[in-house]
Amino acid sequence: MAAKTLYDKLWDAHLVQQRDDGSALIYIDRHIVHEVTSPQAFEGLRMAGRTPWRVDSVLATPDHNVPTTVKERASGISGIEDPVSLIQVKTLDDNCDEFGIVEYKINDQRQGIVHVIGPESGACLPGMTIVCGDSHTATNGALGALAHGIGTSEVEHVLATQTLVAKKMKNMLIRVDGELGEGVTPKDVVLAIIAKIGTAGGTGYAVEFGGDVFRAMSMEGRMTVCNMAIEAGARAGMVAVDDITINYVKGRAYAPSGDVWERAVEAWRDLKSDEGAHFDEVVVLNGAEIMPQVSWGTSPEMVVGVHDNVPDPAAETDAVKREGMARALEYMGLNAGQRIADIKLDRVFIGSCTNSRIEDIRAAAEVVKGRKKADSVKQAMVVPGSGLVKAQAEAEGLDKIFVEAGFEWREPGCSMCLAMNADKLGSGEHCASTSNRNFEGRQGYGGRTHLVSPAMAAAAGVAGHFVDVREFVRG
Amino acid sequence: MKPFTQVTGIVAPMDRANVDTDMIIPKQFLKSIKRTGFGKNLFDELRYLDVGQPDQDCTGRPINEEFPLNQARYQGAEILLTRKNFGCGSSREHAPWALDDYGFRCIIAPSFADIFYNNCFKNGLLPLILSEEIVEQLFQQMYQTEGYQLTVDLQSQQVVTPSGETFAFEIDEFRKHCLLNGLDDIGLTLEQADAIKAYESERRVSAPWLFDAVKN
Ligand code: SF4
Repeated sequence: MAAKTLYDKLWDAHLVQQRDDGSALIYIDRHIVHEVTSPQAFEGLRMAGRTPWRVDSVLATPDHNVPTTVKERASGISGIEDPVSLIQVKTLDDNCDEFGIVEYKINDQRQGIVHVIGPESGACLPGMTIVCGDSHTATNGALGALAHGIGTSEVEHVLATQTLVAKKMKNMLIRVDGELGEGVTPKDVVLAIIAKIGTAGGTGYAVEFGGDVFRAMSMEGRMTVCNMAIEAGARAGMVAVDDITINYVKGRAYAPSGDVWERAVEAWRDLKSDEGAHFDEVVVLNGAEIMPQVSWGTSPEMVVGVHDNVPDPAAETDAVKREGMARALEYMGLNAGQRIADIKLDRVFIGSCTNSRIEDIRAAAEVVKGRKKADSVKQAMVVPGSGLVKAQAEAEGLDKIFVEAGFEWREPGCSMCLAMNADKLGSGEHCASTSNRNFEGRQGYGGRTHLVSPAMAAAAGVAGHFVDVREFVRG
Repeated sequence: MKPFTQVTGIVAPMDRANVDTDMIIPKQFLKSIKRTGFGKNLFDELRYLDVGQPDQDCTGRPINEEFPLNQARYQGAEILLTRKNFGCGSSREHAPWALDDYGFRCIIAPSFADIFYNNCFKNGLLPLILSEEIVEQLFQQMYQTEGYQLTVDLQSQQVVTPSGETFAFEIDEFRKHCLLNGLDDIGLTLEQADAIKAYESERRVSAPWLFDAVKN
């Protein structure tokens, strides 16, 4: 039998029907639903008199629109001040109730960002096909699963048929060899990857992240990397299953147990690319060369090491790129050649589906501990990815560390990642953010986002400007 | 999706070229969580004299008497007659939703924008292409005759005028099949329900953990 990549195996195992025109019908094991991209899908079902094909394969939670202040959250759904947000969250509740879908409602402790609660609950497992009406669904690929975002009409299609019409993508391997330096995190790895291949580098590919660095990486870290596959243009990113994966899954709420667990683990052990499997494209990075990263522009590929300077568009030979860089500098209010360390921050945001898991919160707390937020920083907020992450952090006393340092400790949700709720940047404000997109206006009209790791964001919040967290911690 | 076989109905004019989707349904209505209810805001900026808001009751709004859809002779129209490149601009599926919700079943034009054309088929609307000369002829006849009706027969691919004149139109076989049988993408996939079930029952045995229920 021909050697297969991990993606080939996942694809083949879910193929219901291959069609003549190259498209195929793919079976979907798990469907995660949130309030923004689902209302019309449910309405479509209703209008056509259809019901979900396998209702117990679906898990829903509101995340994009939920407020994150304790005060607003205290009164549950009626505490949502924005009327459009309120309607969306309420509609999700109503739809889930009507169709019998399990939903972690706004004040359920298990509520959280869709891509955090999937793996956390064990609803998402290795070897599954996983979809959600959200482009960061690839986060789940860290489990050794085929996971990607879909549009609203596809949400309806999956609800009604448990399948998706899809075309097979090409295979790409991104290998990071060697070992990461101390203080260099998975976020820095993925930013360095995007800087190298560009935001369209992965378009049309399913990407497998491999190499020593990933074998040594925690599940949380692998999720951070897979999360941003879409920022490199790839709809799906994944990491092969190993002991780290299996230990992570074991004992989770929806994970199998007993005999079935044993059988599952046996099957999961094969979720890796075969020796000699063919990749259409291979990209290699050296882990030791990756520095803590900071984005300076308005696209995730506009990123440099913390010791570097803001690049000069004049040095860029490609005219289109040059113009993009110049526009980005203007929007960001930065000058070519300026030191990254001289960028002053107005706000700090630690959260989002990229970096809001317990390990991220711990890394930020470790930096903040015994220190204070800089006075020049107007606000530094920490938004855990789920109620369970929040509870875990509080059990470890991390919330107190943040509050004592002048950082705000919030309720779980997407929050300032996309500014659909009240958490927003003001125009012209610079933010050290652990999220995934630094597009113009993403975190608020005129807001200036710098993508960094949780530790780097925390250090910037204390110093008031970017610092190399490694030197910072050493003092 | 409702099937489209044959429609005989009143024809209303949208007598201009390049009608874009923002004209069909302006962007402030996209915030809705629904895909129904857009009919009252179809062509909102042309139909009313004020600026429409989502969720507004439109009954008391000042209407533009000049606009054909506000005139008695075009009430109940099911066929929209228009000029070339209808549906250009943003890809919003709200445009066919609004036309459908208003009550249109068929749009006749010399050409359509691509995405809009595709979106129509997903929503049981027939975008029908006739040459510019024929469209012009139909416009003339419609303006001259109050209550002017056309019959559109999909099976035979013909448009029939009140005087019995017929015009043939082209349509992709597969799309025709889907419209005639009311098959949207989901309907089509559900034709393969047996294959999906067979796959499922095999997997339930070989990988039962994939079928553990999500429960509260
Ligand atoms: S945290 Fe941000 S990127 Fe992630 S799902 Fe929410 S809005 Fe999307």
